[in-house]
Amino acid sequence: MSAVTDAFTRARDEGRAALVIYLPAGFPDMETSRACLEAAADSGADVLEVGFPFSDPMMDGPIIQAASQQALDHGYGVADDLDMCRSLTGEVDVPALVMTYVTIPDTRGFARFADEAAGAGLAGAILPDLPAGESDPWVREARRTGLDTVFLASSVSTDDRIDRIAEVSTGFVYAVGLMGVTGVKDVASDDSRTLVERIRSRTSTPVAVGLGVKTRQQAAEVASFADGVIVGSAVVQAASDGEPAGAAHRVADLVRELRAGVGSR
Amino acid sequence: MSETDARPGYFGRFGGQFVPEALSGAITQLEEAWRDAEADPTFGLELDRLRSQYGGRPTPLYLAERLSEEAGLEVHLKREDLAHTGSHKLNNVVGQALLTTRMGKPRVIAETGAGQHGVATATAAALFGLECVVYMGAEDCRRQRLNVVRMQLLGAEVVPVESGTRTLKDAINEAMRDWVTNVDSTHYLIGSAMGPHPFPLIVRELQKVISVESKAQFAAQAGGLPDAVIACVGGGSNAIGSFAEFIDEPDVQLVGVEAAGEGIGTGRTAATITEGREAVLHGARSIALVDEDGQVKHAHSISAGLDYPGVGPEHAMLADSGRGRYVAATDREAIQGFRRLSELEGIIPALEPSHAIGWLLAHGRDELDAGATVILTVSGRGDKDVDEVVKVMTELGIAGDLGNEVVDADPREDPESDA
Repeated sequence: MSAVTDAFTRARDEGRAALVIYLPAGFPDMETSRACLEAAADSGADVLEVGFPFSDPMMDGPIIQAASQQALDHGYGVADDLDMCRSLTGEVDVPALVMTYVTIPDTRGFARFADEAAGAGLAGAILPDLPAGESDPWVREARRTGLDTVFLASSVSTDDRIDRIAEVSTGFVYAVGLMGVTGVKDVASDDSRTLVERIRSRTSTPVAVGLGVKTRQQAAEVASFADGVIVGSAVVQAASDGEPAGAAHRVADLVRELRAGVGSR
Repeated sequence: MSETDARPGYFGRFGGQFVPEALSGAITQLEEAWRDAEADPTFGLELDRLRSQYGGRPTPLYLAERLSEEAGLEVHLKREDLAHTGSHKLNNVVGQALLTTRMGKPRVIAETGAGQHGVATATAAALFGLECVVYMGAEDCRRQRLNVVRMQLLGAEVVPVESGTRTLKDAINEAMRDWVTNVDSTHYLIGSAMGPHPFPLIVRELQKVISVESKAQFAAQAGGLPDAVIACVGGGSNAIGSFAEFIDEPDVQLVGVEAAGEGIGTGRTAATITEGREAVLHGARSIALVDEDGQVKHAHSISAGLDYPGVGPEHAMLADSGRGRYVAATDREAIQGFRRLSELEGIIPALEPSHAIGWLLAHGRDELDAGATVILTVSGRGDKDVDEVVKVMTELGIAGDLGNEVVDADPREDPESDA
């Protein structure tokens, strides 16, 4: 079983949902992003998502757009992001996945990228603009290298599409909690609950809800019906709300809050 | 159809649907709406009626004798600049606006570079009573101020996009973000033969009217088939429309002219096919200007409409198979094309087709057989570009007297007038 699934199982055994925390590599700088990710792991995150910034993040709202742009403006490339991950995964004891747009692994070559990600100790990848129906070449390389492949499902996904998503997803299925981009609107609980139930009826893979979860209360609400809660923009916002020197501290504070949320269902 | 042996939605190995899952419903709905429309004779009749009575089609095919003499070729101009709104863009927009109403959606959004697609979309939105929001890079809003005002006059909201390079690709990103947020009420009226399937197919079919007309006009006016069809390529909608009816005519050479900006190899170009590599951009696998990590590079062109680091997937396939030939013209060659067509034929072309004209004048003699017959698509009119051309020519030190006669006419300089 994968380290990611293990993390969800452990959380379930503790009677709570798993907490998944997203932060981009290289923001506000590479060393600080590593410190923030470590702080998230130390403060209760069960799974980390490391964003590899892309020049054209069409699913992201202003917060993650700005963070990605700042990282790219530093001149960091995929090799730098991977180096940071290698050092991070050697230190923390929770699994980390890379989250990025498909253009990056596709252009680098799926085989090479899978080797590099696995070599950096990453447990899997989330490519939000790679639908399950286009995913065969990537899934093949991910299986070869032991990476989990997390796919997104939306409330507009047909049953056929959810079947396909469930079939190719390992680690967890990412249920999109609202119609929109990251970090703008608030999660739609009723739609999310229905979506989680539709996915659960098709697979035993855990289901985590992301997009629009910002607060402890929202985390608690989502944790009442999902196996995992994913928080991204709110954590990035915390990292950017002040001097870089205090970023890890601010991230730790928020993650502890969110962890209390997912534990209080 | 050109999406032959490949999977549905693919042109060879190019195309596909690389979009967030949240858009899967909208894309399926659009595929179905298009299939229904194609099978419904009333859709075709309504489209034909609007094209002729509202849009001014057919546009003429004109034998440009003085340009021909200078080029050493027989050049026929397909005059899309004479269509309503001043470019080929209306062909696509009227069709997609009809689809929007068939899908029962009250709102359209669009991206625009030079503003021609934004103006066309705003026009169709006014015609069909749809709410319209146009995303336009902040840099392009500056370069194409006239078109910003036109869109506003037509009732559209223009949103300047400040992210990224503040040009066309960033406007597309922002339109995609709007679409994924408002997909129930909104159709994303993509302006070029790009994006996820079925957009490249729909836009090609709607722009095909250019070559349906030009093929018949050429046969009637000159006889037979032309030796070459030439069009400028940004995303590639006027080019794919100009090529479509000739793709299965192997004796007709298809030439797409990209924007070379400051020159191939300078790092400041928008010549995607010439300089790019296979990559996924804006929902489709095609060719794009990306670095080895996949980060999209800044494109550069004097023309806001060609200033785009990607290209539609069917062009990628035509380039890959060798059926299409893709070349590039520099900013300077485009300016030369802009000036010479104005001086020789009394037609001020948009900067986009000025690239095709510039390439023809600079390289046509060497690259085509002497006296070859050519159809060149003038995809739009150049009024919008006059200020930008004067500015760039002044920067290049080649403006001469252009624009000078209207300044320095301050009467206070004249002592006689004080009396």
